[in-house]
Amino acid sequence: MGLIISKAYLVSNLLSKDIKRIDTRNGYGRGLVKAGEKNKNVVVLCADLTESTRSLWFKEKFPDRFIQLGVAEQNLATVASGLAAMGKIPFISSYAVFSPGRNNEQIRTTISYNSWDSKPGKEINVKIGGAHAGISVGPDGATHQALEDVGLMRLQPGMVVLVPCDDIEAEKATIAAAEHPGPVYIRFGRAAYPQITTPKTPFKIGRIEEFRSGSDCTIIANGPLVYEALMAAEKLKKEIDCQVLNCCSVKPLDGQALLQAVSKTGCVVTAEEHQIQGGLGGAVAEFLSENYPVPIKRIGVRDRFGESGTHEELFKAFGLTTEDIIKAVRSVVRMKRR
Amino acid sequence: MKSIKPIAKIADIKKLKLIANQIRQDIITSLVSAGSGHSAGPLGMADVFTALYFRVLNHNPHYPFWSERDIFVLSNGHICPGLYATMANAGYFPRSELKTLRHFGTRLQGHPHRTALPGLETTSGPLGSGLSQASGMAYALIMDKKKSRVYCMMSDGEQEAGNTWEGAMFAGRNKLHNLTAIMDRNNIQIDGHTEDIMPLEPIADKYRAFNWHVIDVDGNNIHAIIDACDEAKTIFEKPTLIIAHNIPGKGVSFMENEYEWHGKPPTAEQGKIALAELKVWRENIIRNRD
Repeated sequence: MGLIISKAYLVSNLLSKDIKRIDTRNGYGRGLVKAGEKNKNVVVLCADLTESTRSLWFKEKFPDRFIQLGVAEQNLATVASGLAAMGKIPFISSYAVFSPGRNNEQIRTTISYNSWDSKPGKEINVKIGGAHAGISVGPDGATHQALEDVGLMRLQPGMVVLVPCDDIEAEKATIAAAEHPGPVYIRFGRAAYPQITTPKTPFKIGRIEEFRSGSDCTIIANGPLVYEALMAAEKLKKEIDCQVLNCCSVKPLDGQALLQAVSKTGCVVTAEEHQIQGGLGGAVAEFLSENYPVPIKRIGVRDRFGESGTHEELFKAFGLTTEDIIKAVRSVVRMKRR
Repeated sequence: MKSIKPIAKIADIKKLKLIANQIRQDIITSLVSAGSGHSAGPLGMADVFTALYFRVLNHNPHYPFWSERDIFVLSNGHICPGLYATMANAGYFPRSELKTLRHFGTRLQGHPHRTALPGLETTSGPLGSGLSQASGMAYALIMDKKKSRVYCMMSDGEQEAGNTWEGAMFAGRNKLHNLTAIMDRNNIQIDGHTEDIMPLEPIADKYRAFNWHVIDVDGNNIHAIIDACDEAKTIFEKPTLIIAHNIPGKGVSFMENEYEWHGKPPTAEQGKIALAELKVWRENIIRNRD
């Protein structure tokens, strides 16, 4: 019988309707300030989105270490590369469609490749904060809904890719990014998500964390879909015993934890607020098909652009709800039994 | 830790001309060995490279990571045969290694890669992003109250890229007085002449409007280049752009001012003719007849 893992230290009111909902980016904002307090080389750059990326909190605390770039995301990445070459640890903040969207080549050449094969201590330590990613940015519409950013960043050698599930994890991811030698991408949505983890919940780059044990099916999720996955597992508990894994670190991917999980459950559902290609679903499918082929269903956006609507309307229309995960679990378990 | 000093600067212009001539010969040799690469740009900018590495920059090839060094950023990475030949002549690595240009396993990648060769300050090739990187470096040096200066070489063709102007706006807004950009103004790009492809003029006025100090020089006159770099050091309110008007392919008669030579190397036979011409020029420098 599946249970919430006690060592995951999730919030006690996980299943309650009055669970706290906080903007994930708030964790980025708090993480920037804490990283800045720890290390004077941390600087924050922003392209005219200081308040909404929460870079403002760092700016207020460390005005001399905040750099305004204006609406110029290519410059955002390349100025950061130059600062990093001189020993700074720049965090660059914008919306994910612009950074790493618009400035993808600049990130590739002047950050990822520029850092490739560095001697220890000589890395290009740029950290990319991509806000308002996914469809949950809602009314702004498809132009502002990045659904391919995880794929873009995953394809760059040496880039670490983190997709935190709530503001608490976002804060940990931001602090860990500052300490990690080399480039890191951290992705946040716009909407306020349920705060499911606590400061004691384990977090490490390159680690999958088990949030719920289960023996019939593994649901592996990141971002806001972790909460939906936990809800799906709870609703299915009398029918199918689901394990829930939180995979903030899409790259490096914790292959060992994946193998351990699927060798017990024998089937997988991935869930993320991204195209099903290129992101978590793509990464898990690629890894398992080479190492331990099992039935897989991927929850995510299916090769289309977003549109305007509320966060809830869009999650429903694009198949990203608890109910969609439940359907996928039933289907993948049937495939396993065939 | 013992204190590191910059290498001695060469004051004698004749000596600098001879070095520039050697660099041009080495460019030809490495390009013939590579069998691909860009010829006109490196030859045209050999005098600027010489002025920088043998007279202007505070640097030490034995300590490429020396924390007080001046920084040289090559934005137009495709003219790296010129940078490599200059670095080899300055003592960063043996001149014999120049023949490995573009070969498998080389430190001299077809476009420069920072971590492949100590002394390279950045990875470049895709045009338009060097000025911003140099601006970030200059900004960091000012934050840290360091006296080092940043020199950024860029092509004229890459003035067509939006990223260049984002960098120019940022440097002007932040009054990056420790930044000197040097434009390889040879009026050619792959598809033809810049003023036919996408006119840049009045390029000096454009930079002035972005709050830059601008100096036009003869980019094949080492003395003038050094003077312009000295002038840049006296400007405290703005970054400086030196527009180095130069003859692409300078020193090899059949390459000079021919845009067809922008992106191709000499054959072995053409290489021999080019080297012979450069050797004649060398004799003329020695006899003060250049």
